[in-house]
Parts: sequence; structure tokens; C-alpha cells
Amino acid sequence: MRSCGECCIRLVEFGVTFQGRQVLESLNLHMHCGELTSLIGPNGAGKTTLLRAMVGELPHTGMLRFIHHGNIETTKPLRIGYVPQKLELDRTSPTTVLDLFSGALTRWPLWVGTRKAVREEALSKLALVGADSLLNRRISEISVGQLQRVMLALALTPVPELLLLDEPVAALDQGGMERFYQMVSRMRTEYDLSILLVSHDLTAAAQFADRMILLNRTVLCDGPPRDVLLSPLIRQAFGFGFTEQEIAGRRPLLKELEHEQCALPVKGKS
Amino acid sequence: MRPPGEGEIMILWHTLLMHLPFDWARYEFMHNALLAVLLVSPLLAMLGCLVINNQMAFFSEAMGHSALTGLALGALLGLADPTVTIVGFAVLLAVAMFLMRRYSAVPPDTSIALVMAFVVALGVVLLSRGGGFARYSRFLIGDILTVTPRELGGLAILGMVVVVVWVFLFNAFFFVSLNRSLASSRGLPASFLEALFSVLVAVVVAVSIPWVGLLVINSMLILPAATARNLARNTRDYVLGSVIVSLVSGILGLVCSYYWNTAAGATIVLWACGFFAVSLALKKR
Repeated sequence: MRSCGECCIRLVEFGVTFQGRQVLESLNLHMHCGELTSLIGPNGAGKTTLLRAMVGELPHTGMLRFIHHGNIETTKPLRIGYVPQKLELDRTSPTTVLDLFSGALTRWPLWVGTRKAVREEALSKLALVGADSLLNRRISEISVGQLQRVMLALALTPVPELLLLDEPVAALDQGGMERFYQMVSRMRTEYDLSILLVSHDLTAAAQFADRMILLNRTVLCDGPPRDVLLSPLIRQAFGFGFTEQEIAGRRPLLKELEHEQCALPVKGKS
Repeated sequence: MRPPGEGEIMILWHTLLMHLPFDWARYEFMHNALLAVLLVSPLLAMLGCLVINNQMAFFSEAMGHSALTGLALGALLGLADPTVTIVGFAVLLAVAMFLMRRYSAVPPDTSIALVMAFVVALGVVLLSRGGGFARYSRFLIGDILTVTPRELGGLAILGMVVVVVWVFLFNAFFFVSLNRSLASSRGLPASFLEALFSVLVAVVVAVSIPWVGLLVINSMLILPAATARNLARNTRDYVLGSVIVSLVSGILGLVCSYYWNTAAGATIVLWACGFFAVSLALKKR
């Protein structure tokens, strides 16, 4: 494990009521930095609601804590990077990749122009995901895969303590999905991030995750991906289960992929 | 309330225009109307950009139509100037519609259609009691030629407020329009910003209605932004383009309405439609 292991993010008795319905209750979670946790669960389990509550969009009960090295709890808000499943965009939207960074990083109004420092910051972060050539492109005209890389770069500016990914690969094809997961996986080591990834593709998510959490209103099962996928609770939740072979059968694919070149500069490759 | 120096500014404005070699420039009411256009159209154009980003075009249409009820309330209360009730009712409705959108399961377009039907029907019923509806028809088509220097002062103050909000909160509004969760993750209070934007649109639309007319107000909001959107390569060009299209159609529309003897608001909108058509043609290339 490459994480410093000393800082962590903790959810204690976390609960969310949404439109008069208790969507999540007494949820307890512990995420270490440098760890990629995959969040799975059937439709309506409350996965997206959990993320929306964690970013502060929905009110919640219980606690969301960030604990620094040496067990110092901070009261300052957790810095969260978020990659949404999709943006509310139409094909005529004039918003450019640079506009996204500019709007996120400064209050200097977009309609006045972009500051040079923001442009440079955006370029350097985009270079990390191999998307620096997209700086002045409109986000309505780039591909879904490119947009997700841009959104990842944006979520990493400034570098967050927790990165939340809400089914970021739902619209990508198989190759795009694998490349995206690899990129996220490398970001985790590079920045020592805690990552929480909502995913529908259980086996693919399992390949890249250190840990897997099965959610249905509360945490049903929490552990190494292999153990979680083999748990009888999976069949209860989804109506189907996995065998050892099915999970093992995916492994060669991961090995092949590791040889495929990726546009990322990698520091301290494991 | 009279802003300081208002009299001097108006005298300067009239002197300036008097020297223009045009027939319309001989009349003081045209000077006032031109100033009103120069104040109102950029405001509507700026707001329009984010109205489109937020897919709120139908919402702003409802805001415009709510003026009928606001007007009726003013008449019931016996007010000489119904602006207060028009603005007050529009703001109330904007908040109500925001809450409906957030907390009810009714699809937004359905709930807006319901609200719009209600406010139009209520307004018409109240205004038509005793057969007096015709008196209010000037609010349907607007009457920019009757704008007074005092009202111009009010528009200028509103304009300054909107510009200040636009300087400090544009990026925040912009981010919320992209994705609420994303905006929240960056510490922006998404619900508050959405509500504030709705109220801002309601106020500007309601204040503009006596001059522009409630039948065409929404086009003044949407068309310039839609035109700029066809051609803009980034957000800055989008907003600035929208303001320019709005100003040019405003001036052309007003001057043409003088020569053609037509309603100014509608004439302005026709110019804006023309520019939109041109932008579509240019985009296709």
C-alpha cells in the first residue's frame, strides 16, 4: 500500500432524508488516503444521494470528518474534487474547457476575460490527463471521453483531499472506460488521494479498487473487492452473483492493459 | 428618489441628441425612449445568456405573464403606478416556482405551464371585471415612448445593481448552471444561487414590462443570447455578443418604430429575430 495511511476521511452515523424519504441511514465509513474505494449498489440504493450529501448539496445528519496526520481532526471543510456523470449541456453551448477552469478558480467574471495565471494552471492540469490540446475547445464539441478527462483535471484543481467520481464512465465504451480507470488509479498514487468511485460495472470497478462497499440505504458489506463480490449479499442486492472464475477471469485483461501506453506522466510507479 | 446629477445628465443627453441630423432626434420623448432602450436591453441580454444555460426560457416567459396578475393587484389596491405590485408578485412567483422545481415531483415544464395558466387567467379575470380590460392593453404591447426621466433614474439604479451582481456572481451562477453537485463540491451554495438568479430575472422582467410589453418581453431576453450562442466560441464572446445584438436591435427597432409608426417593443423583437436568422445562416457555413 502506497498511502501515508495516517490521514483519513470518516463518515459517522451519516444519514440523508430526501423528498421526505430516508434514503440513507446510520452509514459508517472510513476511507484512507491513497485508497480507491468503489461504491456499488442496486438502483435507488442511495449512491448518488451519498455523493450529493458529501459535497454539501443535500443536508445530512451525522458527521463527515477529515482526520489529518497525527489524529488531528480539522473543522475546516473537506476539499472535495467531483467528477459528475454528465453536464447539463446542449450542443450549442459556447462554454470552453478554459471557461470551466476560469469559472472554477477565480471570481474574475468570465465575460470580462481570463487571467493568465488561470490559463497556465489549467494547461498544466490538463497536461496531466493528456488533454492540454483541448484548452480552447468548446465542451459541447469534444468527445465524451475527452470531456471526462477534462472534468478529472478540473476536479484535481486544486488538489482535493477526497475525489468523488459519480459513474464517470457510464457513457464511455470499454476501451475508454479502462483508460479512465487507469488514469484515476495513477492519480491516487501520485497525489495520495482518497477516491470514492460509484460504479455500475462491478467487475471492472473491482479491478482498480482497493476496497469495495456494497450500499443499500446503509453499508451492507465492506472489504476487498473480491470478498465483496463473492458475498451472498451481492445476490440479494442485484439478483445475480459472481463465481471465483468470473472475477478471476477478468484479471488477464488488467495485465494486458498495464502494457498499453497512457498519456500520463507517472511518478513512483508501483 | 432622484439620483444626484440626474437633471444635468438628462440636459446633456438632450443637447447631444438634438444635434443629430435625424427627424426622430427632434423629440424629447424619443431621447428618453432611446435612453431606456440603452439601459434595459443590455440587462435583458446579459440575463438571457444564463437563462438559456439554465434552460429557464419557459420560466422567464411565465414571469412576464405574471405581470397581468401583478397589474390587477395594483389596480385592486388603487395604486397609480402598478410597478410595485408587478415586481412584488413576480418575485413571489419566482420563489414559489423555484420551490416547486426543487421539492415537487411535477416535471418543471408542466408546473410552469400550470402556473402560467393560473396567473394569466387570474389577471384577466380581475382586470376584465366591469369590461375595463382595454385600459390595460398598453401593458401587453408596452409603451416605451412614455418613459419619464424619473423612471429612467430607476432603470439606471436597477442596471447598476444587476451589473454589480454580474461582476461578483457570474462565475458562480455559471457553475451552478453546469451541474449543481459540481458547484456544491466547490463550496457554492447551489440552491441559494438558483433562487437568487430566479429572483433577479423576475425583477428585471417585471420592471421592463411597462416599456417592452409582456407579449414580447421574453424574446428580448432570449433572442440576443440565442443569436450570440450560434456564433460565440467562448463564454466571453457569448455574453458580449448578446449585449451587442440587443443594443443594435434595440436602437434599430426604436428608430424604425418612429418612422413606421409601430409599437417599439415588437419592432425591436423583429430586428432581433432578423439577427438570429443571420446568425443561423452564418453558423451553417
